[in-house]
Amino acid sequence: MSATTKKQLRAGPPAWLQALPFGAVFLFFFVAPLLLIAAVSFWPTSDYELIPGFTGQNYVSIFEGCANLAEPCVTLKTYWSTLRFSLLTWACALVLGFTIAYFLAFHVRSPGMQTLLFVICTIPFWTSNVIRMISWVPLLGRNGLVNQGLLGLGVVNEPVEWLLFSEFSVVLAFVHLYTMFMLVPIFNSMMRIDRALLEAADDCGASGWQTLWNVVVPLSRTGIVIGSIFVITIVMGDFVTVGVMGGQQIASVGKVIQVQTSYLQFPLAAANAVVLLAVVLMIIAALTRMVDLRREL
Amino acid sequence: MSDPTRRRLIQGTAGILASGLFPAIHAQEKITLRYLGTAVNQDKAIAEKFKADTGITIQYVAVNTDEVTKRAVTSPNSFDLIDTEYFSLKKIVPTGNLKGIDVKKIKNADKITTLFTTGMVGGKAVGDQGTAPKKVIYLEGEKSKVFAKSPTQFMSLIPTVYNADTLGIRPDLIKRPIDSWAELLNPEFKGKAAILNIPSIGIMDAAMVVEAKGIYKYPDKGNMTRKEIDLTIKTLIEAKKAGQFRSLWKDFNESVNLMASGEVVIQSMWSPAVTAVRTKGIACTFQPLKEGYRAWAAGFGLPATLTGKKLDGAYEFINWFLDGWAGAYLNRQGYYSAVLETAKAKMEAYEWAYWMEGKPATQDIKSPNGDLLAKAGSSRDGGSYEQRMGGIACWNALMDENTYMVQKWNEFVAA
Repeated sequence: MSATTKKQLRAGPPAWLQALPFGAVFLFFFVAPLLLIAAVSFWPTSDYELIPGFTGQNYVSIFEGCANLAEPCVTLKTYWSTLRFSLLTWACALVLGFTIAYFLAFHVRSPGMQTLLFVICTIPFWTSNVIRMISWVPLLGRNGLVNQGLLGLGVVNEPVEWLLFSEFSVVLAFVHLYTMFMLVPIFNSMMRIDRALLEAADDCGASGWQTLWNVVVPLSRTGIVIGSIFVITIVMGDFVTVGVMGGQQIASVGKVIQVQTSYLQFPLAAANAVVLLAVVLMIIAALTRMVDLRREL
Repeated sequence: MSDPTRRRLIQGTAGILASGLFPAIHAQEKITLRYLGTAVNQDKAIAEKFKADTGITIQYVAVNTDEVTKRAVTSPNSFDLIDTEYFSLKKIVPTGNLKGIDVKKIKNADKITTLFTTGMVGGKAVGDQGTAPKKVIYLEGEKSKVFAKSPTQFMSLIPTVYNADTLGIRPDLIKRPIDSWAELLNPEFKGKAAILNIPSIGIMDAAMVVEAKGIYKYPDKGNMTRKEIDLTIKTLIEAKKAGQFRSLWKDFNESVNLMASGEVVIQSMWSPAVTAVRTKGIACTFQPLKEGYRAWAAGFGLPATLTGKKLDGAYEFINWFLDGWAGAYLNRQGYYSAVLETAKAKMEAYEWAYWMEGKPATQDIKSPNGDLLAKAGSSRDGGSYEQRMGGIACWNALMDENTYMVQKWNEFVAA
């Protein structure tokens, strides 16, 4: 680096000063509340006031009876069900997101058409989350459109019950809501793939699948990992979708925390939140090991 | 854009600004009361009528039942008047965030129905399991954190509305009489039943079922021991695993949708939800059951820090509320008002006969906003005030073992 460019770089305010405003926002509105939650999770539980103290009781009661694996405790069952939803949603969103992104990136040639199709993908997001979920009822319900269609065609004799208020409907709603979060980063990665690489693969005699598997997928890895982080973290913390689509009969970690805060059991809810955070951080750590995000972005 | 249009636009803006500023100047004389409560009780017509009568503005802060309690405990200065349920008092009063209401300043205090003060209806004692209002309505002093055992000069809440809840059914789909809480878990309605997912209320409905099925008789359904909670939840879990419940519901509108769409034919329900299903033209009955009702009651409380003009305004509002107009309004919605005789004076004789005496309607019954609720000749589910309130078996409650109960309820949801 020449002396002049060095000087130019130094001309502005020092780097730490530039980062300070955003750092301060993070500190006050993210790190501080997080630390508070961690602190409160060790406070004793009381119905109507928060008394500072130190006890492990909240964590003990979360994991009470969890040693017995034959009859899993509520916490394990809840985490298992939430994790399963995350994995199912993630798998469906990945397949769908990747396919759509591939189509948009490699088969649609004109940027204008790409933009148009992208906008079409965002149409579901033009209404509120809750309305989108409630609209499933007239579609999937016992007397809903799908059941009427099936009955009319003579495919079934009685309305299909598992279409609504079931694990199926929860996953369906999740996939519908969050595939976009998978699609966008993957599309972004795919657009940055040098098209010459695809031609090179073709020249070397690779089949379509071989090119996809050995060239496109590895080079879209960053997008896949970012999308996965989005989808998994959102689903792990969700309680509205599971509540509405599961007929309130399916547990999720977020729901447990919500019930506890509404009954003013803040320390217990905080302890649950800390456990959830730890689990999600572990998942993210595992995912980021697969790809060095900082290098690839 | 042509010039005249622009000028008109500017004038318009100036007009908005002027009209926006004008009330702000006046607001220094006239007070605004922030009314914290649930949306169900916050009727626009009531605030408008009060403003017309007294000039005081009511600003509604609408949140759900649990959130009302949470705010009363955590941010007691965020409201000037609270409308909360009696069972929440066990959480709020020990914080000292509420001020005892001086009954000497409440004109109709001695006319408040005996259901609240002594737990009697028509001279007979009603069920007092759970947080019956008579247990928590009096405080030992204006600044007190404990409930008084006998009547005092200070009330924790002045009652506003109350009702007795039971199961809602779709008579057109069930096609046979229903007379017991036990029917909620009857396998006949497998996949077509629902229970509400608010633990403190849902557990009471479950307890009514357990007793009706003859599984166990609780000494106090509103204050279960851990063993009793285990038993109740076990019964619910067994039913859930057998596929009894189509859904659980938490929100008023959810219960209306479940019932109106036919997803559910029998479920725990609230009276205005039954009315809402009926106004869609769908048959729905708020079915009286032989084991009795689960009652609830709400009332006005004052935050401890309220002073001066706002305090006077809050007292004025409570007095106005008990004076009849609001009571008649609530009675016409199917609730019950705290002071019956003032409400009676503001209702038509045929209305009073239908809503309060359980007599067949001599002419069409309409809601306060003019919707047809019942045709001439029909009579109200559950009969007269005495029959209905006299049939109370238990009250919404906050148990000593609340934390444990919520934990077990989560287990039911997860099962």
